[in-house]
Amino acid sequence: MWSFFHKLGSPPWLYRIAGSILSWLLPLTLVALAAGAVWGLLYTAPDFRQGNSYRIIYIHVPAAVVALAGYYVMAIAGGISLIWKMKMADVAMKSCAPVGAALTFIALVTGSIWGKPTWGTWWVWDARITSMLILLFLYLGVIALYEAYDNKDAAGKACAVLSLVGTVNIPIIYKSVDWWYSLHQPASIKFTGESSIDPSMLYPLLLMIGSFYALFTCALLMNMRLEILRREARTGWVRKLVGA
Amino acid sequence: MAPGALAFCSRILRRQLVLALRRPVDIGNPLLFFAMVVALFPLGLGPAPAALAGFAPGILWIIALLANLLTADNLFRGDFEDGSLEQLLLSPQPLYLSVLAYTLAQWLVTGLLLALVSPLFAVMLGLSASAIPVLMFSLLLGSAVLSLVGGIGAALTVGLKRGGMLIALLILPFYMPVLIFGSAAVQAVAGGMDASAHLAILGAMLCFAIALAPLAIGAALRISIDA
Repeated sequence: MWSFFHKLGSPPWLYRIAGSILSWLLPLTLVALAAGAVWGLLYTAPDFRQGNSYRIIYIHVPAAVVALAGYYVMAIAGGISLIWKMKMADVAMKSCAPVGAALTFIALVTGSIWGKPTWGTWWVWDARITSMLILLFLYLGVIALYEAYDNKDAAGKACAVLSLVGTVNIPIIYKSVDWWYSLHQPASIKFTGESSIDPSMLYPLLLMIGSFYALFTCALLMNMRLEILRREARTGWVRKLVGA
Repeated sequence: MAPGALAFCSRILRRQLVLALRRPVDIGNPLLFFAMVVALFPLGLGPAPAALAGFAPGILWIIALLANLLTADNLFRGDFEDGSLEQLLLSPQPLYLSVLAYTLAQWLVTGLLLALVSPLFAVMLGLSASAIPVLMFSLLLGSAVLSLVGGIGAALTVGLKRGGMLIALLILPFYMPVLIFGSAAVQAVAGGMDASAHLAILGAMLCFAIALAPLAIGAALRISIDA
């Protein structure tokens, strides 16, 4: 157990293990994404009211769910790097930000594309949508702060503090549809009680959410490998790896 | 002999206030900024009184927020540059309370003053008289939250040479909830409803910010000094 924990702090070990995880997780993710997309887009019944346009939820909902969860991953990684001074947690935090920002952006764009035929407008200043926009700003703020520091050690710590402060906003974003009357519908999938979505639509959606989590993990690991190489560029093992 | 923690904090508070009072122009600038931006809105939106009165809660709150944002950057900068911040971090005094004293001093010369002069601009924009006490009260509560949150941004960017734009990007997302409830409180009263729920949430935000923001500011200051 402890040796595993110590190994986590070793860049070459993490680089290698991330590579071996990716070697099976990445193909699996792509297959699951393709299967979920085909199942959701082609083999589910059209919605009674919305017709085919509802099918964008197979992208929109997973992206939004994982974008929120990704912020926690970033903040927890930041917390670990602050408390235990673990360099690799810092790498994970830094690598999380662009992935999370991209997912948030996808959620916003797909929501807006869906909103045009359904609500008749590209954008409304609704609690959920505005708070997702704030989430995007939070991610971008972390990226901007990291880039502003010349001393990357301090940059990591400052970003960790900022991302921890930002966690205050996440429950508000998550609960915004329940707390405010908003145009955005409340959550259809519930862990307790009956979901308000038909099982034939729910299963492909769950598959897509699962695949988006896996996609997030893949993107995170790839980003981390790149960041490790960048930071360790002067060390012997990286030179050997690239054959210099 | 080292003074007690509270005595130390009141010294910081006094020092910051004396420093601020010696440069009265710096105290006046946010107020002048407030007045000038208020003047921009009738020019941009058109001078129709009914429309302006409708937008007044939002306009006043946004300007207060921007004024706070512009002053946030200076909170620790002077002390960082002359090294006294380093001494503060090395001192055995509790950083939590010292940081709270810094933000309190900053709030007294910006947020409090903005809240006190806000009725004047509210009248200029045609906000109904019944909403003015709530406007002042919501600004009092809200600007204290803004000062504390702004302190986090200031502490994170104090070591950077070009902090100005960055601090806005960092803390504006955290200003937004305050803006929502602050202007909603004023709008509620202007619309003839009760604002106590909004004010209660602003008060809760303030309690939360007092409890947690100084911790984040302290951590961020240590990082900035180390950098």
